[in-house]
Amino acid sequence: MTKEAILDLQGLSKSYDDSIAVDNIDLSILPGEFLTFLGPSGSGKTTTLNLIAGFVEPTAGSMLLNGAPLEKMPAHERNLGVVFQHYALFPHMTVTDNVAYPLKQRKFTAAKRAEAVRDVLKMVRLEKYASRYPAQLSGGQQQRVALARAIVYRPPILLMDEPLGALDKKLREWLQMELRRIHRELGSTFIYVTHDQEEALTLSDRIAVFNEGRIEQIGTGKELYDEPNTLFVGKFIGESSVFEGSMTDGRFHAGGKEYWGSGTVRDGPAALLVRPEKLSISDEAGSTLPEDLTNWVIGEIEDIVFVGSGMKYTVNTAIGGAVAHVPAERAVDTHIGDHVRVAWHPQDAKLLPA
Amino acid sequence: MANAPDTTQFSALSTQAIKSGSAKPNSQRKKSRGNGTRNLLLILLPSFIVLGIFYFYPMLTILVGAFTDPQVGLQNFQWFFGEQVNVDVLWRTLIISFWVTVICVLFAFPFSFFLTIVTPRTRGLLFLIVLVPFWTSMVVRTFAWVILLQDSGPIGEFMKLFGVQSLGLIRTPTAVLIGMAQVLLPFVVLPIYATMSKIDTRLLTAARSLGARPSKAFVSIYLPLSLPGVASGALLCFVMALGFYITPAMLGGSREAFLSTLIQGQVQGLAQWGHGAVIGFVLLFVTLVILGITGYVGKKTGGSVQDMVGGSKA
Amino acid sequence: MNSEVRPGTKVVLGIITAFIAVWLIAPMFIVFPLSFTDDASFQFPPRAWSTRWYESFFTNPQWTDALRNSAIIGTLVAIIAATLGTITALAINRSKSRLSGTVQAIMLTPLIIPPIIAGAGIYTFFLKTDLVGTIFGFVLVHVTLALPLVVIAVNASLSGYDRSLELAAASLGAGRLTTFVTVTVPLILPGILAGVVFAFVTSFDEVIVAQFMVSPALQTLPMMMYTSVTRTTDPTIAAAAALVLGAVLLAFGLYQFVVVPLTRRSRGRTSV
Repeated sequence: MTKEAILDLQGLSKSYDDSIAVDNIDLSILPGEFLTFLGPSGSGKTTTLNLIAGFVEPTAGSMLLNGAPLEKMPAHERNLGVVFQHYALFPHMTVTDNVAYPLKQRKFTAAKRAEAVRDVLKMVRLEKYASRYPAQLSGGQQQRVALARAIVYRPPILLMDEPLGALDKKLREWLQMELRRIHRELGSTFIYVTHDQEEALTLSDRIAVFNEGRIEQIGTGKELYDEPNTLFVGKFIGESSVFEGSMTDGRFHAGGKEYWGSGTVRDGPAALLVRPEKLSISDEAGSTLPEDLTNWVIGEIEDIVFVGSGMKYTVNTAIGGAVAHVPAERAVDTHIGDHVRVAWHPQDAKLLPA
Repeated sequence: MANAPDTTQFSALSTQAIKSGSAKPNSQRKKSRGNGTRNLLLILLPSFIVLGIFYFYPMLTILVGAFTDPQVGLQNFQWFFGEQVNVDVLWRTLIISFWVTVICVLFAFPFSFFLTIVTPRTRGLLFLIVLVPFWTSMVVRTFAWVILLQDSGPIGEFMKLFGVQSLGLIRTPTAVLIGMAQVLLPFVVLPIYATMSKIDTRLLTAARSLGARPSKAFVSIYLPLSLPGVASGALLCFVMALGFYITPAMLGGSREAFLSTLIQGQVQGLAQWGHGAVIGFVLLFVTLVILGITGYVGKKTGGSVQDMVGGSKA
Repeated sequence: MNSEVRPGTKVVLGIITAFIAVWLIAPMFIVFPLSFTDDASFQFPPRAWSTRWYESFFTNPQWTDALRNSAIIGTLVAIIAATLGTITALAINRSKSRLSGTVQAIMLTPLIIPPIIAGAGIYTFFLKTDLVGTIFGFVLVHVTLALPLVVIAVNASLSGYDRSLELAAASLGAGRLTTFVTVTVPLILPGILAGVVFAFVTSFDEVIVAQFMVSPALQTLPMMMYTSVTRTTDPTIAAAAALVLGAVLLAFGLYQFVVVPLTRRSRGRTSV
């Protein structure tokens, strides 16, 4: 993988006076992929992006862009595109002047500049706003100008730091679709930072999950959802029920009962992670359940919510909170406060170190 | 702050200006703070050289001169506090400054409050009116007061219609008060307005919904909340009044001399360098004491001395 | 907006405000009619009109020299103070040093400490160094008085300044100098211009320290005006005052109604 990577991060670290922001990251970014850095605030994802952009100097490690070292190069020579969370449009320049700015730095002729600006504004669907000032545009329009400005010179890699963070949900969803389209049309590499796992799943080819300055896991959305390596990843991506217990002699026990799950975990505190759609709900005796649901726990229903495609149950059990998504046709007649049996197939449970 | 201030020069002199300037992002602090300090001092070297040679050094010679001119000792201080005339001038400076401050606060409070209840357009106009004096020559403005207040001036002529032969306004403490308060009013309006514009007037509605009469709600809610602005405006006004020179010299008589006038007379008129120095020392001391109080009040109310400083042309 | 205020109260407040507003600005406007009086005793309102004080002003080399000196000194002060003040404000704003707060306090000292103290010190300093009556000495002393105002003005424009714009410029391929010229300077230009005007006006109106620096050979306009009220009673001051006030109002008008709207338009704040 390293061989064909467009950007290679090796042992990249950044520490400040009293804290480590990025802790020894290794990462290979493939040409043309849409890679998302996902993690809570303070997990090092933005710092990593700033290291790549050249806004922050690494304390240790190296970065190779197409095999050439990047870390000593000043930001303005890296030829990368950056889209900022708060747009960072030059308020004293029109949309056209903003977008033409990088072309001027690259000594494009006026004619070429005009053509490139027109093309890229068409791509982000803002042709009509070319002579406006940023303050005369809405947030979504401003962010599209920022995007146009960052891609007009066709940088091999586009870096985006929570670009949709300041926008409302509807607009965000529409712009996510736009970003996917533009990514397909350009074919260049996108690196995208967000703390929103839904956004990450919607946009990305691959997701790198950041936690405390490290990458916990990297993979496609499906891989992360189905096969989380750590409890952090499992909890961060999608909804899940986490049953806490411990491993002794290679067996997992929780609440005095043995459970099975995929994965091997060393002896010590451990947890069983089950996705909501894999859980079934029935009465305490389990009379409505198929016999092969050998793993179960009794709990009290805390809440029932109708979610369109079915019902969502929140159940308190002695070994942890459970969230179950039950399709409408398998919904059972229960009420808040009822005691129910929550059951699942052992192969649908993931065993993880706690 | 709403519309008007940022459209005007006021923004440059506003109390929040310096605050935001000194507030720096504390993220991404470099490891080498010492290095940052060295770079800062290096960049500021030209400014420091000019300030050092042409401001701080001369001022230092005054402070030292109070103890050493013509010979080392406290004789200058004995002279200053031994002569009743000097002590009188010190008291007069303090008392007139005090009354100027009282007048300015009494005027600035309703003026600022009115600014908060009018339309942005009217507010903009009123801000222009507050700002024009900032720009206008002190000498010209004081000259205008000389004309207006002299016995043959319009006020005097008007009073003659009522049989008052000579009002005798010019060369009185009253004339000095009128002139100084006019110069200093903007410096009191700005901090008071800045504080008032941030007061959530829904608190007044809330107080009334809890049963307070409007006047009671105003006194118990609005007044206390506006006090920080009043305090900083008043202290700033007082400090600046202490150093006034042109207005007392042009509108007052010899009996309205300020400490500043006395310094000029001793240094340039009588060539009594040590005497001038000791008056300068006393004036600086009083100023620093008031600034210390300002800093203390500022700390209590969340501002700082610098936040309260606008600009001075006195 | 405070809807709690009763109409009656509002009317009373309006009257008080109007009174204060008149008191603030009206007095200086008497300077204009007064400058056309025929009478040397400054009876107001004037009984007979003439332009003799203007003639006196423009034919008397003492006054015209003073005007020229003040203009030269003010211009030099404006240029030097604006340059030093802009550098200072930027450096303080960006420094990561713990000392930057202290440095700022030092820079602003001349605003608060009564100027007469430094003035008296400058008197002996200039006598010893033969700087009395030199434009050089005058300019540098006035720079120290104007510097804080420039620092405040530039600081104000930096308060709304978004540093990520510089990162954006870098990411788009602009080096540090290009970024400074194409992004930083245009955005803080209103503050710099305000600083230039402040510095000029400060110098052009300064009397307290100036009285210790003037010589028979080097007089400034405000000094001439000041002495003609306090000592010589030269009625030419009526024309001088009107000229100064006219110039200041013109500068203020230009700034308020040309520079401010222009910078606002270029920042695209006219319509949203």
